[in-house]
Amino acid sequence: MAEAKAISQAPTGLQRASDSAFRGLCYSFAWLSVLAVIFIVLRIAFAAAPAVRQYGLGFLTTRTWDPNTGQFGILPEIWGTMCTSGLALVIGSAFGVAAAVFLSEGYLGGFVFSLLKIFHVQFHPFWGKLPERVEQVLKNLIELLAAIPSVVYGLWGLFVIIPLIRPACNWLHLKMGWFAPFGTDLSGPGVLPAVLVLSIMILPTITAISRDALVSVPPKLRMAAYGLGATQWETILAVILPTAARGILGGILLAFGRALGETMALAMLVGNANSITISLFSPANTLAALLANTFPEAQHKEVGILMYAAMVLLGITLVVNMIGAFILQRASAGLEGGK
Amino acid sequence: MATPDATGSSLLSTLPGEPDLNPFAGVDIGELETSLRRPRTLINILLSWLVTGMTLVALVPLFSVIWMLLWRGGRKLSLALFTQLPPAALEQGGGFGNAIVGTLIIVALAALISMPLGILSAVFMAQAPPGDRLAGAVRFAAKVLTGFPSILAGVFAYGAIVLTTGGYSAIAGAVAVSILMLPTIMLTAEDAIRMVPAKMKEAAIGMGATRTQTVLMVLLPTAFPGILTGIMLAVARAAGETAPLLFTALFSNYWPLSGHHPNLMQPTASLAVLIYNFAGMPFQNQVEMAWSAALVMVFMVLITNLIGQSLSRRQVQS
Repeated sequence: MAEAKAISQAPTGLQRASDSAFRGLCYSFAWLSVLAVIFIVLRIAFAAAPAVRQYGLGFLTTRTWDPNTGQFGILPEIWGTMCTSGLALVIGSAFGVAAAVFLSEGYLGGFVFSLLKIFHVQFHPFWGKLPERVEQVLKNLIELLAAIPSVVYGLWGLFVIIPLIRPACNWLHLKMGWFAPFGTDLSGPGVLPAVLVLSIMILPTITAISRDALVSVPPKLRMAAYGLGATQWETILAVILPTAARGILGGILLAFGRALGETMALAMLVGNANSITISLFSPANTLAALLANTFPEAQHKEVGILMYAAMVLLGITLVVNMIGAFILQRASAGLEGGK
Repeated sequence: MATPDATGSSLLSTLPGEPDLNPFAGVDIGELETSLRRPRTLINILLSWLVTGMTLVALVPLFSVIWMLLWRGGRKLSLALFTQLPPAALEQGGGFGNAIVGTLIIVALAALISMPLGILSAVFMAQAPPGDRLAGAVRFAAKVLTGFPSILAGVFAYGAIVLTTGGYSAIAGAVAVSILMLPTIMLTAEDAIRMVPAKMKEAAIGMGATRTQTVLMVLLPTAFPGILTGIMLAVARAAGETAPLLFTALFSNYWPLSGHHPNLMQPTASLAVLIYNFAGMPFQNQVEMAWSAALVMVFMVLITNLIGQSLSRRQVQS
């Protein structure tokens, strides 16, 4: 310590030891988090193994769920999961991409700018920043949709959406009952309310990722299209959207993965009926909702079977998420290469 | 309607053929005029209106949720709600004090599990040389967890904790929730550490600091707001999670105590599960309470979220 008068000094033995200890700690924690994920997947797989051996692939293709006779099948749940997620994806993507275009094209900012122009304050140091801020607020508002917990959406769907759409649904059933999707009346929870709430829940994901993809389209392309005399929408449809298509598609796939695994809102709204239906108004079930509703009261034997269902859900979401992440990675790599 | 392709190709076809003559000979200049009589312009305006309308429609649910929470949840809001225990089937009054405490306990425990794991892994990822296999594996693991369905975290904690310890507990709930917090903390912390200017790191190493000193005294303090943002966002998400708690922490009508000591190894109430249980009950009092609990929970979640976002904004400015 005597020679510590210099500003810098060589590390002491203790510091060297603590250095390697800390580096070892970081290294082992990195391993730990990888092993944790492997452990999670294996734990579910091992718990499901007895049921997999006993029921085999028939589990995926039969439709009875009867603990008394020991017959189990999750075809209705797989169908319900795909059906609700798919429909929600169609609605969510339409509105989500529209909102992303709205945000990335600066409509609201333009509108505020034109308002400011009336008062001749469009380049005022304070007011002139308003368009940007308003856009930012709108973006945050849409992200706020993602922050609301799913059980609150379930509650809202139960007490707002279902009473709201019931008269319209029952009228549709009365007038167009011959059309299979309107084949039953909506008596409470059902596919349509679940789909509507689910599409609201996945919208922020789609909007956020699509907006990023749209914003990162090189401005040159837009300028070139305008220079050729294209209108704004001709530019959007023929240049901007195709260029950003991969990013948007990746976002939609990630949202699909989210919709597949979404639990609470569906457990509250889908009706938990173990049946395959094409009517939008009749109750159905999904894999996640089945787990949420059956697990708390499951007997020991049934737990193994639910683990099998959990493994199926895990497999489906993993595949969808990986494809989504892969496409997003390719999309950003493609854009960087194009610059 | 002329598409830009058609306009573009007509431009191109005239250009190389007749270089000396008017290059715009094949272009219908009138077609480029902005006028409402032109279908191109009309479609442009219609689509703009359509997109504006769809964005507004997409915002309606947000305002509806907030309005319903304030109206139905705020109506019955009182101090008793925060201090009393949940009512029995036909009982009036009551509150969800134990659920608030339970939520705080579970989230705090989950943060205690996921914070060291997430931040140290993030330090490793940020410090590893590019192309490091283990860092890639950690990043991949974090990405897998990002898309991990929340109910499966509950299924895992049920198999790993509830079955081995022999009962539902706050610990099991915390383990399930920590799985969902981990990727957010890990990926945000890695980003935040990578954002620290390389100069600062090089200066520290140049002064003879060990890598540990560099990390603890330069990188982590500088990246602190960013790391805190990740933690806040993860906590906000965790506070609202219901599915992983359904069959790990279960629910309880009592305070998480045994005798006078806090007990983490017994079923514990949480706001989220209370909302789920009470929403499906046919009793007016319970339904009203579910709305109030939802208001309290959303308030907690949004406040945490906003704090996290304001921290990240400060980081960008500095």
